[in-house]
Amino acid sequence: MSWRAFLPYVAVMAVVTYLIRMLPLTAFRRPIRSRFIQSFLTYIPYAVLGAMTFPDVLYSTGDLRTAAAGVVVTVLLAWRGKSLLTVAIAACAAVALAQGALLLLG
Amino acid sequence: MKPEFKKGIRHGIPIALGYLSVSFAFGMKAVGDGLSWLQAVLISATNLTSAGQMAGLPLMVGGATLTEMALTQLTINLRYGLMSLSLGRKLDRSMGTPQRLIFSFANTDEIFAVASSQPGQVGKSYLYGLMLTPFLGWTLGTLLGAVAGTLLPAFVRSALGIAIYGMFLAIILPPSREKKPVRVVVLLAVALSLCFRYVPGLNQISSGFVIIICAVIAASVGAALFPAEEEGSK
Repeated sequence: MSWRAFLPYVAVMAVVTYLIRMLPLTAFRRPIRSRFIQSFLTYIPYAVLGAMTFPDVLYSTGDLRTAAAGVVVTVLLAWRGKSLLTVAIAACAAVALAQGALLLLG
Repeated sequence: MKPEFKKGIRHGIPIALGYLSVSFAFGMKAVGDGLSWLQAVLISATNLTSAGQMAGLPLMVGGATLTEMALTQLTINLRYGLMSLSLGRKLDRSMGTPQRLIFSFANTDEIFAVASSQPGQVGKSYLYGLMLTPFLGWTLGTLLGAVAGTLLPAFVRSALGIAIYGMFLAIILPPSREKKPVRVVVLLAVALSLCFRYVPGLNQISSGFVIIICAVIAASVGAALFPAEEEGSK
């Protein structure tokens, strides 16, 4: 990608992300009064990550079957509260094993 | 070296290791999408956010407008605003405005989670240590993924593609299990996201806006049905 096209994008990403993190720590030190907005902000991370994960995760390995194997293992471990690292590695391992199994069967 | 700084570095190591695998996948994907390794590293070093970067990639490659990019980042990263609001009450006196300006850069989901779980207040030495190791892990992982990703066998590359989603699920599933409102919000967001992918007509809308629409609807419904009990509950 050309730097001319790239730089404006990365600048916008970095500045917007930084301002979101910085302003509440420096400028707005008062608590939010509106209960609706408080609740909305509480739920937004989960909604964002949920929408980003499905259905994209099913296409993340290039094969629906291996991705499905990865999702099942990931959901089981994450549901039990395993750490980020454990879950991420187990997801990759499950996909690799599923690929091996498909090769052997295929 | 101050003991508090060392402690922060130590607490940052597990985060850094997690970031290493996820940012490796990001670096690999960025180069696969046509960015150079230096561009991939530059994104990671200036943004330090998994979801925002993953969402930004298809937008820049697809030639989206800067407004769409800004709105996407705003929605996806809005959660950091809440985290900063919440963490602000935990900072001790050593965290004046200059220190807050520096730490703001690194208030990620995981760093926030670790900092918030510390007993009492936290100060600048600890927080600087805590932001250092994850920053290095995130940037280095991106570099390795961008440079070495293509050298890996195809089956390893496709297996790594799922790493970042594994991390997302590890963030959303434990609270979904414990709290019904979170479960409802996540399921609704997923259902909407599936509609926008597969329903003809709806699937014409670009990926950045789809995430914004799904997240805003799901979180609004959640806020209307289940107003949060206590302030700052995450």
